Amino acid sequence: MTARSCAAVRADTAAGRVKAADTLTKAIDRAREVNAGRDGLNIFAWRDDEDARRQAATIGDRLADTTPGALLGVPIAVKDNIATLTMPTTCGSRILEGYVSPYEATVVKRLREAGGIVFGKTNMDEFAMGSSTEHSAYGPTKNPIALDRVPGGSSGGSAAAVASGIVSIALGSETGGSVRQPAAFCGIVGVKPTYGRVSRFGLVAFASSLDQVGVFGQTVDDAAVGLGVIAGHDAMDSTSADIAVPDYTAGANADLKGLVVGLPKEYFPSSLDPQIRAKCDAAIEHLKALGATVKEVSLPNTDLAIPVYYIIAPAEASSNLARFDGVRYGLRLTGDGLRGMYEATRSGGFGPEVTRRILLGTYVLSAGYYDAYYRKAQQVRSLIARDFRRVFDSGVHVLFTPTAPSTAFPIGAISDPYEMYLSDIFTATANLAGVPAMSIPIGRIGGLPVGGQFLASHFDEARMFTAAYALERALGAEAHA
Amino acid sequence: MTTSVPKSSLDGWEMVVGLEVHVQLKTRTKLFCACSAQFGAAPNANTCPVCLALPGALPVVNKQAVGLATRAALAINCEVQPVSVFARKNYFYPDSPKGYQISQFDKPLALRGWIEIGTRSDSSPIRIGVNRVHMEDDAGKSIHDRYAGATAVDLNRSGVPLIEIVSEPDIRSAEQAGAYLRVLKQILEYVDVSDVNMEEGSLRVDANVSARRRGDTKLGTKTEVKNMNSFSGVERAIDVEFARHVSVLEAGGVIEQQTMLWDGSTVRPARSKEGSHDYRYFPEPDLPPLILEQGWIDKARHDLPELPAARQARFAADYKLSDYDVEVLTSNPRLADYYEEVARAHGEPKAAANWVMGEVMATIKTSGEDISRFRVRPFDLASLLGLVRDGIVSHTAGKQIFSHMVATGDQPAQIAEREGLVKIDDDSQLSAWIDEVIAENPNEAERLRNGEKKLQGVLVGAVMKKSKGRADPRKLNQLLTTRLTS
Repeated sequence: MTARSCAAVRADTAAGRVKAADTLTKAIDRAREVNAGRDGLNIFAWRDDEDARRQAATIGDRLADTTPGALLGVPIAVKDNIATLTMPTTCGSRILEGYVSPYEATVVKRLREAGGIVFGKTNMDEFAMGSSTEHSAYGPTKNPIALDRVPGGSSGGSAAAVASGIVSIALGSETGGSVRQPAAFCGIVGVKPTYGRVSRFGLVAFASSLDQVGVFGQTVDDAAVGLGVIAGHDAMDSTSADIAVPDYTAGANADLKGLVVGLPKEYFPSSLDPQIRAKCDAAIEHLKALGATVKEVSLPNTDLAIPVYYIIAPAEASSNLARFDGVRYGLRLTGDGLRGMYEATRSGGFGPEVTRRILLGTYVLSAGYYDAYYRKAQQVRSLIARDFRRVFDSGVHVLFTPTAPSTAFPIGAISDPYEMYLSDIFTATANLAGVPAMSIPIGRIGGLPVGGQFLASHFDEARMFTAAYALERALGAEAHA
Repeated sequence: MTTSVPKSSLDGWEMVVGLEVHVQLKTRTKLFCACSAQFGAAPNANTCPVCLALPGALPVVNKQAVGLATRAALAINCEVQPVSVFARKNYFYPDSPKGYQISQFDKPLALRGWIEIGTRSDSSPIRIGVNRVHMEDDAGKSIHDRYAGATAVDLNRSGVPLIEIVSEPDIRSAEQAGAYLRVLKQILEYVDVSDVNMEEGSLRVDANVSARRRGDTKLGTKTEVKNMNSFSGVERAIDVEFARHVSVLEAGGVIEQQTMLWDGSTVRPARSKEGSHDYRYFPEPDLPPLILEQGWIDKARHDLPELPAARQARFAADYKLSDYDVEVLTSNPRLADYYEEVARAHGEPKAAANWVMGEVMATIKTSGEDISRFRVRPFDLASLLGLVRDGIVSHTAGKQIFSHMVATGDQPAQIAEREGLVKIDDDSQLSAWIDEVIAENPNEAERLRNGEKKLQGVLVGAVMKKSKGRADPRKLNQLLTTRLTS
């Protein structure tokens, strides 16, 4: 069972056929039905249904608005690293347990202005560091498709909220695939916009040069509507771009005649799981049938993405997470003097994966190592970005690849951090290059979803959506079979 | 820690000093948020998610701060860079809420400037090079003595814009260091970018000091001396630290590169090993590079006001003032403006200079007010000078009128009239007073008549007293002479 689409809820709410409060009640009922709570799927870090009902009650007052908001009456789950006013923002970490932000993120403000109802904060890997939502101080989230499996991560709670049919859209965040990989694992749509497309103001920083708020949708259309609401320049974020936001739903019914789809050979290595390869091949046949020209291309520096990512992201994280020092907010544990307070608070407040990355990041920025690691990594990062630029400059409009090298793995199956990091091998490149990318479901293997990924050039999300709409339409039920 | 070294043994050594000057920019708001940058608010009143470093908050650069920093850099002859990059300087301290300072590191706002601090005996200029000017945000304040057993943190200052002006190691004496600081402060006042007030902390100075044998070209190991709170403190701290270096080196020891704290009379090593800090600088990912268009930089240069050196040259040439007068009158731009308005309105630059340097400066020195808020406006002072020059009032009466102007703000002519201070040169009135004085002092009058000239003053003084200072002395002398010699 799925939630009703954004477009349908909006139309019915605006016409007075459905009350926002009733749509919300359905979401609450569905959450109970799928056992979304801590002892079940463990989707939410925080839910306050009374608060949601108060928000829904105000929607009725807005029906007289000349243009009803694009999310009028739509309940939306928000990842717990995005600042909200009435609910805690803990980033899945003990160090922020109970922390309530006195201001709200620009994206949340935009959701509410468009008539959306913030329905709970979703569980995540601590500070978005992880690919399975197992590294949360509040326990792992389960994959609604297969309860013994991870939902992917780090935005696993948001992905599970959509995949279980509680909400039609949810906000996640990406630093290296944290929306697309869980979308793939849970059989839904996940979009990582161009770096700078969406404001980061109020998104708790992990790695500032890579972070971007993303959207999950049950369908391509839900994701397109959601992105349309949150995208656009924000004076509070100096890295947000002042570029007009097109209507991402405009290409909903277009065919793909004239579209050139590149297949980067590095994303289809001989070691790729043959069943995933087969699902991709089937999708590629659909793209051809839709009128697209398909050709092989090369992004030669792809294999450097994971090592580069694991230098840059921890380096920035080591600095971004310095503010959690026990002085002004969040956890404070006492120790011997100031230094003892810092050590006790940070050792007690951060989990092992966060600690590992802070140490890694501190190391690579240290005097004497900076040139060998951080500077070198930035140089390679620019080569990875150049690979994309060359391909898109050569007349290729979008790229198509598998989203992840595997389907959802069992909870607890991966204990080696490096093996976990490889889960992002096809997704981290888009964050490093800053290009937009999205995952859509393209079938299942043994009941577990497989995602196919589209990538486009900077700020060309519209073209990516056109391709995704067409493939989703062509696949039909095959996307979930 | 201080070792006094006999002055003579310093002779074989050369002092090498570079100064790092932090200047708080006079912006309305902070560098990266819209909070007020005003000094003196209740603790933590001027804070927001950005300067408190709440999770998810992001910095946005204050354009006014960039404008003021650029202006300052241009005024000290720096090359403002078309592209500069903010960088994070990472360190933990309770009054550093982000856990890093946003500064500029390998790509600062401006490079390669200089300041002229005087001339050598051969009249060639002494130039101190400026290595760089960069922008950064200030930390908050830790208050250790307010609560027993606890430290309080006030983040009002967190995020206030600073520029750091780093000199080359071109300074060779404490006197040169003092001159550099005074000239720099004067320039910054002229371009109106800062309050440059060391007591309020809007100007802070650290000194890098080293010593080398005269004739050596290689620099010695330096120490950084901090915690000076006046220019004279900087001069003394440099001398003391230099002497310490020399005594260590002469004894065959080595100087350890470290931070030293000045306590008003001695230097001692800072407790925390600040010298060993690894700040792990990297480009600030929350801010794109700061790009300044050449046209914008050119306009900023064009918009610079006349700087002290140019103004001094012009005052000397146009107003024919002495070097001393020029130095005093241009010491700060508001005083120079004031003087110049008086001089122009009055037309006699030297008389204007005497009044401004005399009555005006004495008055504001007593009251402690700034010349820009002084009650006697330049045009009114010029009117008073006109009354004195034209003989309408005596010089003495002029000073009395000035006091009334300070007290009431009234026009000088009005005061002269009201207070009966207009000069009396009417023959019949003066003659009447002379008659009275001769009658009251017959002996003195007789002796004067017999040629005892020094008694002229006594009688003139007596008339002056009767006239309450209003008698025109020239006319009075004339009449008295005529009266007693004919």
